[in-house]
Amino acid sequence: MIAVQARRSHRAERIAVFGLRVAAGFVILAMLALLGYLAFEGTKTFYVDKFPLWQFLFSPDFAIDSGKPGAAVFIAGTLAVTLCAILIGGPFGIAVGVFLAEIAPLRMTQILKPAIEVMVGIPSVVYGWLGLTLLVPIIRTHTSSPSGFGLAAAGIVLAIMILPTVITLSEDAFRSLPGALKEGSLALGATRWQTITRVLLPSASSGLAVALILGIARAIGETLAIQMVIGNSAQFANGLFAPTAALTTEIVTDMPGATEGSLLEHVLFSMAFLLLLIAMVLIVLVRFALRKRS
Amino acid sequence: MKKNAALAALLLGLSVVASSTPVFADTNITIAGSTALLPLVKDAAAAYQQAHGDVKISVSGGGSGTGINQVAAKAIDIGDSDIQAPTHPELKDNRVAVIGFAIVTHPATGVKSLTKKQLQDIFSAKVTNWKEVGGADQKIVVINRPRSSGTRAVFTKTVMGSVAISESGLTEDATGTVVSVVKQTPGAISYAALSGTRGGGLNELSVDGVAPTDDNIITGKYPVWSYEHMFTNGPATGEISRFIAFVQSNSDLVRKDGFILIRDMKVNETDR
Repeated sequence: MIAVQARRSHRAERIAVFGLRVAAGFVILAMLALLGYLAFEGTKTFYVDKFPLWQFLFSPDFAIDSGKPGAAVFIAGTLAVTLCAILIGGPFGIAVGVFLAEIAPLRMTQILKPAIEVMVGIPSVVYGWLGLTLLVPIIRTHTSSPSGFGLAAAGIVLAIMILPTVITLSEDAFRSLPGALKEGSLALGATRWQTITRVLLPSASSGLAVALILGIARAIGETLAIQMVIGNSAQFANGLFAPTAALTTEIVTDMPGATEGSLLEHVLFSMAFLLLLIAMVLIVLVRFALRKRS
Repeated sequence: MKKNAALAALLLGLSVVASSTPVFADTNITIAGSTALLPLVKDAAAAYQQAHGDVKISVSGGGSGTGINQVAAKAIDIGDSDIQAPTHPELKDNRVAVIGFAIVTHPATGVKSLTKKQLQDIFSAKVTNWKEVGGADQKIVVINRPRSSGTRAVFTKTVMGSVAISESGLTEDATGTVVSVVKQTPGAISYAALSGTRGGGLNELSVDGVAPTDDNIITGKYPVWSYEHMFTNGPATGEISRFIAFVQSNSDLVRKDGFILIRDMKVNETDR
């Protein structure tokens, strides 16, 4: 009787483990399929249309009709909005993270934490819409920008959108520090401010790096919200308030008109592949930062 | 190992079956494409569904390029477009109406009429201030539609000719967005279907002194107009062909939404 039961549970376990393996296998399979497909479609610009890679990366001339699909404008646009977002959202997010981990009283944390969670749950189209109806008119009336659309509007919207990521991860970075660090510093007579800036911040640096890198990853991938406020002009932004375009916004703007097998479709796929490569590099950087910590 | 492979193959097979699109039932019609034609198709769909309770019609925008691509891929039943589809010979063209396009500006620009040459200069970014064309001292904000837009294609053919549209302008996705952005942005100029601009509180420009009225379009004096097409993949059949005929024949609806009946046209222009 006991032997039968043991055997039965043994079999149940084997089936369960097999199921888990299949699930994990599917994730890997899906990822490889995605990578393979994007690599296949994304390189057609270069081996079907014979467009040189360096021109795709560095030529600002995006004239599909005359066969010139330079993507430099969009690459620069992606880098510029991401930089704006991380310059505003990064320090702000880390500051809130420190506050939550070290300073805020319990009551405050109980209010702030759910508020941050709600920020994650707001769909990006809502952020974009708010940017369009609130932020763009403000920029239009208070700056020299005639339309209000552009780099600044996109950067600010993105900064708000990456806040939850940066806040949560930097709070975790501070909380995971050994308590002895803080106690030792305070015991030596350091003030709370000195403890935070001279002991905790340097010790948490690799965790904070992870928070910033994942914030950057979030910013680079964001599409809809910034498409609504960036202006979508295929030109370099010659100022904070000038309209421009990013890789993601260009893909979503021109995708509907890209007929199968056309140069435009190939170029958009190349941009998508480039985004995937950037994401992979960022993940490698995160791994690197985490290894340094442990 | 063999069992693993067999199971994987089975699951893969299942997912393929699940993802392949089912054949659309005749009573379920999906339509997408031109946002210029959208108001007419929406109203016609509402009226048609009221009269035929068993028919369900879903209508969405996306632009003429989307309409043509989607119907060519058989993802939808009808693709709406402001332009022809020369790259897809398998598509059956059903002309349903004529639409005029207005060059619209923010009301405070102080300009009522422009020549084609002046429009070409503005949209190629040679002229960047309204005072250069007789208006207020105000920077010009050019708003374009994406490459896939039929409205942009018609504007390019009838106004720009061989002059290229500058990339420095903003790009907005749909007729409705263009109208609302032009309305709230001082100095803005764009082009949009009359079905979307009328009653929108925008300044409609005359082109070479000719205003975008129905009469001027019918007699061919105003150049910026196009046939509206509802493409089907092969000849339309059943409920789909009845719905297209309903749109073509419903003269009240066509006129109410700012379109012109094809039979009213006194000129017979080739398609854009």
